[in-house]
Amino acid sequence: MGLIRFQNVSKTFARTARRQVLGSHLRNIVSRTKSAEEPFFAVRDMTFSVEPGRSLGLVGSNGAGKSTTLALAAGICQPSAGTIEVTGRAVGLLELGSGFHPELTGVENLYLNAALLGMTEKEAKAAEPRIAEFADIGDYIYEPLRTYSSGMMLRLAFAVAVHSHPDVLIVDEVIGVGDSAFQQKCNERLRQLRQNRVTILCTSHSGDVLRDMCDELLWIDHGQVKRRGTPDEVLAAYLHQH
Amino acid sequence: MDHAFVLRTLILKDFKIRYRNMSLGMLWSVLNPLIMMSVLTFVFTVLNPPNVKNISDYPLFFLCGLIPYSFLSVTWGTGTNCIVDNAQLLKRTKMPREAVPIASVLAAGLHLLIQLGLLLGITLVNGHGINVYWLWLPLLWAVAVVFVVGLVLLCSALDVFIRDMRYLVESSVSLLFWFMPIFYSANIIKPSHKVIWELNPLTVLILAQRAVLLEGQAPEMRLFWKMCIVSGITLALGWIVFRKLEQKFYDYL
Repeated sequence: MGLIRFQNVSKTFARTARRQVLGSHLRNIVSRTKSAEEPFFAVRDMTFSVEPGRSLGLVGSNGAGKSTTLALAAGICQPSAGTIEVTGRAVGLLELGSGFHPELTGVENLYLNAALLGMTEKEAKAAEPRIAEFADIGDYIYEPLRTYSSGMMLRLAFAVAVHSHPDVLIVDEVIGVGDSAFQQKCNERLRQLRQNRVTILCTSHSGDVLRDMCDELLWIDHGQVKRRGTPDEVLAAYLHQH
Repeated sequence: MDHAFVLRTLILKDFKIRYRNMSLGMLWSVLNPLIMMSVLTFVFTVLNPPNVKNISDYPLFFLCGLIPYSFLSVTWGTGTNCIVDNAQLLKRTKMPREAVPIASVLAAGLHLLIQLGLLLGITLVNGHGINVYWLWLPLLWAVAVVFVVGLVLLCSALDVFIRDMRYLVESSVSLLFWFMPIFYSANIIKPSHKVIWELNPLTVLILAQRAVLLEGQAPEMRLFWKMCIVSGITLALGWIVFRKLEQKFYDYL
């Protein structure tokens, strides 16, 4: 089942990463200098775990390392140090409309997304009506995605993600886009998933969303864990600091 | 993870996007080589430079060379950019990443089939009959596709770290038009130089197509094995480099 365990995880990015042109590679070869610049630590020595069926929210200011933590948990990037253990199928909803193509229709995008989230064709076919019903965007599902509002895109993306039989669901920031009716529907569905022992790791800047969705919060500051506790406790401390 | 499903969905996506916004749709697949063929035929038969005098059926001869070349130029060009172009997808979803370059090559498959249909149609119209060696064509093309997939895996991975890769590829593609026997016969190449030319699997494909379609002969076995070896090595190299560099895609995209 879905278990997330980070053990002394660090993730660094080289500051020279932007100089990806032939000229700078050649210069490096000619002058034989290794770039001596300090790497940038997006996540530094982070240790935490989430038990199956629990829901952990991340808070922290922009650039604190929340998204990198989620990407690490989703297995999209490799840690520079430490070990990460995630059991079961991890499904990430990391950015609104990623993996969607504007020229394809809703249904076409539904299949594309389902494939990318690791569903088999059979699962995708079986889930299609339920996904369409959950997204509840009517005949728009046969229209190209470029005609969608961001709320409609969220509905479709979220509907696919929660119907892909995840063991671990990783959600970045996106829930806030939906209207209140849809947010309620999401919360209900998330509660249902948690009853089925699905583990949830999410971020949000909205205290209400975090209180609704999470058992516990983790406050991240400069890539490090600053505090862990109940939502009320951590939010109070976090907001007090700002 | 259902890899076949991922690959199929990605191919379908590339394909739909490519054709949805073209009112003439697949007609472009046929029109382009026909225009090239007409122009080159005009230049080389009406204006008549000395070294093509003894090539019979020049339009067909040229088409045998042009179709492999245009397949290479389209797939190598778009394939090299495919990882950087799909950065959003690759940074946000955990998927088998090699599916992206492979799908980008295979998505050109229908375009290719239409052009091959054109080639075989013109062959028949021009009075060259069907012969048993036609059975070689699918095999030859399969090996050529293996070569291109290897090339695209290699270049698309390198493109992440060296963003001028696409310009290098663009220049190479336009150079190759002159360094492949497309509008001239391979007989005019010095025998000592020929060895190098034959390292290009697409050149071997061109020679084999001419042998099969125009002369009703089997392709030269020596060249076929050379083509297989070069394609195999390219695929292995592309695969190894891609798997190695893939680990760092997230950091550099």
